[in-house]
Amino acid sequence: MFDDLRDLYQEVIFDHNRNPRNYRVMENADREVEGFNPLCGDRLTLFLKMDGDVITDASFQGSGCAISTASVSLMTEIVKGKTETEAEALFKQFHEMTTGKEEDVDLEAIGKLAVLAGVREYPARVKCATLAWHTLDAALKNEENSISTE
Amino acid sequence: MTSFPVEKIRADFPILKEKIRNKPLVYLDNAATCQKPLAVIDSISHLYMHEYANVHRGVHTLSIKATDRYEGAREKVKNFINAKSTKEIIFVKGTTEAINLIAQTFGKANISAGDEILITAMEHHSNIVPWQMLCEETGAILKVAPINLQGELIYDEFEKLISNKTKLISVVHMSNALGTVNPVKKIIVTAKVKNIPVLLDGAQAIPHMPIDVQDLDCDFYVFSGHKLYAPSGVGVLYGKQALLEAMPPYQGGGDMIRKVTFEDTEYNTLPYKFEAGTPSIADVVGLGAAIDYLTDIGMDNIANYEAELLDYATEKANKIKGLKIIGQAKEKGAILSFVLDKIHPHDIGTMLDSLGIAIRAGHHCAMPVMDFFEVPATARASFAMYNTKAEIDALMAGIEQLIEVFG
Repeated sequence: MFDDLRDLYQEVIFDHNRNPRNYRVMENADREVEGFNPLCGDRLTLFLKMDGDVITDASFQGSGCAISTASVSLMTEIVKGKTETEAEALFKQFHEMTTGKEEDVDLEAIGKLAVLAGVREYPARVKCATLAWHTLDAALKNEENSISTE
Repeated sequence: MTSFPVEKIRADFPILKEKIRNKPLVYLDNAATCQKPLAVIDSISHLYMHEYANVHRGVHTLSIKATDRYEGAREKVKNFINAKSTKEIIFVKGTTEAINLIAQTFGKANISAGDEILITAMEHHSNIVPWQMLCEETGAILKVAPINLQGELIYDEFEKLISNKTKLISVVHMSNALGTVNPVKKIIVTAKVKNIPVLLDGAQAIPHMPIDVQDLDCDFYVFSGHKLYAPSGVGVLYGKQALLEAMPPYQGGGDMIRKVTFEDTEYNTLPYKFEAGTPSIADVVGLGAAIDYLTDIGMDNIANYEAELLDYATEKANKIKGLKIIGQAKEKGAILSFVLDKIHPHDIGTMLDSLGIAIRAGHHCAMPVMDFFEVPATARASFAMYNTKAEIDALMAGIEQLIEVFG
């Protein structure tokens, strides 16, 4: 029935939407940033625990569509243990995967995040997938305490 | 009722034959904008191919023809909403510009620090923000009348908010996010007692019901062409003549003047005083064609048919487990706003799109309404006279399937 959507809504996405990982408020977080997509009302708060420039823990709270929930859930899993530079490099790869050219994406680096590649074909949904990463970017740069995709 | 010629009407709308993702288009986003009948499309091509020039300027034949078409459309609008005179019909870009025009002219001339403007909690951003801007400039206060959980205006509370300081009441006729039709006649009767002008935002109401501004006795009525099967880029500001006469002009420029010297400028008469610059000529002509088309079908017939569609959709929707209708007013237009348990409206929108069904998912430019119902967004199916019960069946089947997929 929804055959056309199989690339967008992969089973992994449904799984993370139903059971988001790292969905909790973090006490004593070193970074706490709110992300907001005014277009659809998606709203999330990202928490990071840092040891020097290493992300030792990441968690989130908020509400959003399946794409944005899965994206932030997957992100919190993958960035744990990464340095800021590594996380920023991942963001760049993720951004390339969702908005840029397929051949420029390093599939090995992107790993599990590849399930979100399907949004490239849905311009209206790209921001759902990238909200988490823009929020992470702001958290790492420690510039603002609230970011918006618009 | 005699049967409504929906199939004949559908045949007049070329876009309804489009396939979306290889499926027949089911267009249920009419509250955002309506599709255009061939009569409207043709009227624009005809103008550009045979009768186009600038209006109100030239002595040459084409300019006279274009002016006739343009002013002819004004006459049609006047008749369509039963205004007293074409002087009361101002062409603008759309509802948003009309409200901003009133805020910047009537508002600045009549509203000052401490005065109050009264709106409702179900307004579109376009009937909130222009007033907030005016309040910021003047020190006036924006009062907001509350709604109940059905999405209806709480009339007693509304009435209590009318005070000696109220200088304008601006109310949506039909809510775009909820479908609620407000008791505008009652509001106007109440306002008249205190001599408070009433502005009705008719953007949603205009394609769904007959509008008679003299019967309503509203002071301003504003709407957009594109929700009335006409092109985007044109809208109408109706205002009672005496009010419009007393208002300062909006934008300065050509067409709105009678005489210009470097020392002094004399403004043109109504309606031109508010129409500076070359207007969207072809779009205005298209609006005239849309009104002819709708008049042939009959606004009463359209209202009856759409009420039938809404009843059918509501009944079907109520049978779907986990679906909650947002906006259950007794008086309601053909809008079905809803949320599904644990499925975000954006996902609903994408999934239905893959079935060829176009709905709107989002806050519908009514964020305060979303906050009130404690939802980030809703999915909204909005119906027009060319929709069918079979399309509603397709929508409901799609919703049931996506609920299953989400598990």
